[in-house]
Amino acid sequence: MLTIKVLGSGCPNCKKLEAAAKQAIEGTGVKAEVVKVTDYAEIMKYDILSTPGLVVNEKVVSYGRIPAVSEISSWLADAELKAA
Amino acid sequence: MDIFGWIQELAELVTFQWLHLEPGSYVGEATNFFIYDVIKIGLLLVVINYVMAIVRYYFPMEKVREVLARRRWYGLDYLLAAGLGAITPFCSCSSIPLFIGFVGAGIPLGVTFAFLISSPLVNEASLYLFPAMFGLKITLLYNAVGIIIAVLGGMLIHRLGAEKYVRQELLQFGARGRFEDSGAGKRISASALAARFWSDGMAITRQVFPYVVIGVALGAVIHGFVPADLAEQYLASRAWWTVPLATVLGAPLYANSVSVIPVMEALAGKGVPLGTALAFMTAIVTISIPEGLILKKVMRWQLLALFFGITTVGIMAMGYFINWVT
Repeated sequence: MLTIKVLGSGCPNCKKLEAAAKQAIEGTGVKAEVVKVTDYAEIMKYDILSTPGLVVNEKVVSYGRIPAVSEISSWLADAELKAA
Repeated sequence: MDIFGWIQELAELVTFQWLHLEPGSYVGEATNFFIYDVIKIGLLLVVINYVMAIVRYYFPMEKVREVLARRRWYGLDYLLAAGLGAITPFCSCSSIPLFIGFVGAGIPLGVTFAFLISSPLVNEASLYLFPAMFGLKITLLYNAVGIIIAVLGGMLIHRLGAEKYVRQELLQFGARGRFEDSGAGKRISASALAARFWSDGMAITRQVFPYVVIGVALGAVIHGFVPADLAEQYLASRAWWTVPLATVLGAPLYANSVSVIPVMEALAGKGVPLGTALAFMTAIVTISIPEGLILKKVMRWQLLALFFGITTVGIMAMGYFINWVT
């Protein structure tokens, strides 16, 4: 079970990132839960300077852009390998 | 610019040959302007966003922060911050993490503000679109004045000791998950990078393009339908109060810089002094009430008022200056 966090205050880009993440989860078939982090105090703990940010199992994989679904899928696969 | 000549020919072909509109008629001129500007700005947008995707990749905000936090250039760091603010793309929804991240890393407040002021003021539109729209001289003048405003604004905020107006409790974060390069260990091939820049850039282009079309449509209406003598009577005035008026009118509006440019181009074409038109555009792009509301979370109103005050005065000064030299 992976924990995926979408960091962002709720701007349109954060919603797009969330949708892309869900698409990647569906596509790869990994078990994962998506958590939205909107509180700045929480977001800043990940030390990113631009939103939206994407965190897979507490590791920041991207920020300030909306990665392609295929990119997210490869991060999910990596995280699964590490977790196993 | 000659490289856009073929777009003009295409626009004329479509307007006057295919649509059979009358050259010189209101509808004809407006349509011609619309087709020409949509294609030209659309193409420029694709190029600009590709370049910006490259800049973001090789020069992310983290690197900007590192450069600013490490080196103390005694005064020159204001200039450095303003310069970095100009070349790095910035989105107002990121202003809070950016602000906290900068100040929290020990970058002086004044230097942070030099960055925050120059970031929207000197932007991708003013750097890359202005040369194609208004020529090299205006581009250089505008961007130089923007940097100077940012440097002076940052210094002023430092001088006033505005640190006490920052909500300190927000700066106490210890970083938990340091960013690890997702590509660490495996090299990204050049072609994969090029594809990534393309998709990142196009994502932004797709987002902005509808607003550009609206902006061009507005510009086309002004270009085609506002009679020249009316414009001359009311808009072309060089009276001293026109610059502040343009700034105040633009302030509550908010739009992306690229989409405002065609409106400004049309206004300037109708005889509005360029400095006045630029002040209007810059006020729309730079003074954003939503951004103000976001920033209110990390600073008290005094500092926020100072930020808006400096930007407003700076825009007016820029408008007067450009009017004076053109």
